[in-house]
Amino acid sequence: MSASNSLNYKKLEDKSRIKNLFLRYFLYIILGLFAFYFIFPLYVMLVTSFKTMEEIRQGNLLTLPSQLNIDSWLVAWGGRGYGAGDTYLRPFFWNSTKMVVPATIFSTFIGAMTGYVLTKWRFKGDNWVFLFLLFGCFIPYQAILLPMARTLGVLGISNSIFGLIVVHSIYGIPFTTLFFRNYYVSIPNELIKAARIDGAGFFKIFFKILLPISAPIIVVTVIWQFTQIWNDFLFGATFSFGEAAPIQVALNNMVLSSTSVKEYNVDMASAIIAGFPTLIVYVLAGKYFIRGLTSGAVKG
Amino acid sequence: MFKWLEKNLPKIVIAPSIGLISWFVYGFILWTFYISFTNSKILPRYELWGVGQYVKLWGSRKWLIAVDNLLIFTVLFLVICIVIGVLLAILLDQKIRAEGFIRTIYLYPMALSFIVTGTAWKWILNPTLGIQKLFIDLGFENFTFDWLVNREMAIYTIVIAGVWQSSGFIMALFLAGLRSIDDEIIKAAKIDGANLFVVYGKIIIPMMRPVFFTSFVILVHISIKSYDLIVALTQGGPGISTTMPALFMTQAAFHKSQVGLSAASAMMMFMAVAAVIIPYLYSELRRENVS
Repeated sequence: MSASNSLNYKKLEDKSRIKNLFLRYFLYIILGLFAFYFIFPLYVMLVTSFKTMEEIRQGNLLTLPSQLNIDSWLVAWGGRGYGAGDTYLRPFFWNSTKMVVPATIFSTFIGAMTGYVLTKWRFKGDNWVFLFLLFGCFIPYQAILLPMARTLGVLGISNSIFGLIVVHSIYGIPFTTLFFRNYYVSIPNELIKAARIDGAGFFKIFFKILLPISAPIIVVTVIWQFTQIWNDFLFGATFSFGEAAPIQVALNNMVLSSTSVKEYNVDMASAIIAGFPTLIVYVLAGKYFIRGLTSGAVKG
Repeated sequence: MFKWLEKNLPKIVIAPSIGLISWFVYGFILWTFYISFTNSKILPRYELWGVGQYVKLWGSRKWLIAVDNLLIFTVLFLVICIVIGVLLAILLDQKIRAEGFIRTIYLYPMALSFIVTGTAWKWILNPTLGIQKLFIDLGFENFTFDWLVNREMAIYTIVIAGVWQSSGFIMALFLAGLRSIDDEIIKAAKIDGANLFVVYGKIIIPMMRPVFFTSFVILVHISIKSYDLIVALTQGGPGISTTMPALFMTQAAFHKSQVGLSAASAMMMFMAVAAVIIPYLYSELRRENVS
């Protein structure tokens, strides 16, 4: 009696273990399918960029190139070497670099100072000031595009990298302020009070006390601004053309204005080049970014 | 003098930010608002003209198509991103092996620009050499997939690419939300005999309300502003079948010399965003004041 009971129990246990194991496999299969969906375009871009046009016409999206053909990469980066109409990404890559570095630094610094004042030097109505700035995160830029184009013209900096630096720095302020403000809110005010009693002033408290502990939010803000500015197309396409264009605009022009035969391998190599910096930043530091972003920066 | 400076230093430091945002955000929106009531063509004109541009806008077939597309896109983009985001977050929360690696794969598209995303998907969806050829090679000889050049279906290609780019981010938001829930709640429910589906359906998902709200706001915001993705994928075509408001606005302003009309369309977009954002900011601020 007791023997068969324990046998039944064992059977039941086995059954539930099999069921769990089955669910577990099912779980991994679904996760795998989604991983395939997300990785598929990157795979297609990579293999296409290494194929010749002949191989592209013969094979399909998944087939591997017979050999690593880097010609399309060289064309995408440095052109074919003839004069007019030869567009390639190298100069535009540097345009974007020259634009993204100062604009990221300026907007991050301004955001840090503003966030510092709004949390540690509170004044009457400071929450309204925050809301006033915060709203700038959400406006559709179409509503400022026309006057901005005219303003840049009046200032004589339209169609220049400098103009784009100004534009990105200004419209970055609401985001950078949001990030720093939400981070500094969680830092105890006692720390600031103690420093003030010790005679530290406004700037000393910022540079000696807050800035050294701001690394996590600086990482979030810099990655955010870098990605936004590098990936921007609307401002770039509206306020610049020709030689002063940033890389996303150049990529779009290259892909759209194929002169004779469509060269998908060059298109894909160009797309990877234009996405490379943000991809690298994400792979190297994405962990900190997501952690910082989800631990309050966005949720407020 | 020095005392005054010291006392007001914080205000002096943030004055430039306030000044810049007042001018470049609020001032510019007011300017656009004003121009939308004028008969500006290639250059802005300042004599008022009434609501003529708005009448013209809502009488324009192209604008109506743009609004229609925006509604289709927003609903699909929102629902699919949230469904995939919630599903993947729950699955990843089951103590998965190599979770970090899988998460990286799900998330990397958000690092890419919409131009890069659009360029890649334009090639994948290519009516002759793309997905269609892949399936034919796999043995489905009569397989056709021509959404990119099909007036009726082209708008859905934008949804496909948009979802690919953004659903990973929604997953990350939900995953963070799930991780912030106390394990004890789940354990207690399991002891009471609730199975996993009940635990998620009845207890955890309802607790995620703020995350749903945040995702909703972020996704609606992305979709109203959608511009780059359409430019890279379809340029609004075939014909004008995938036009959206943001594309309408830039074309009116910079290609067709209809500055007044483009200002009116920009203001409509602004109002749509404001209708979503202002309640959101209000509720966020209230929540913060409570806690």
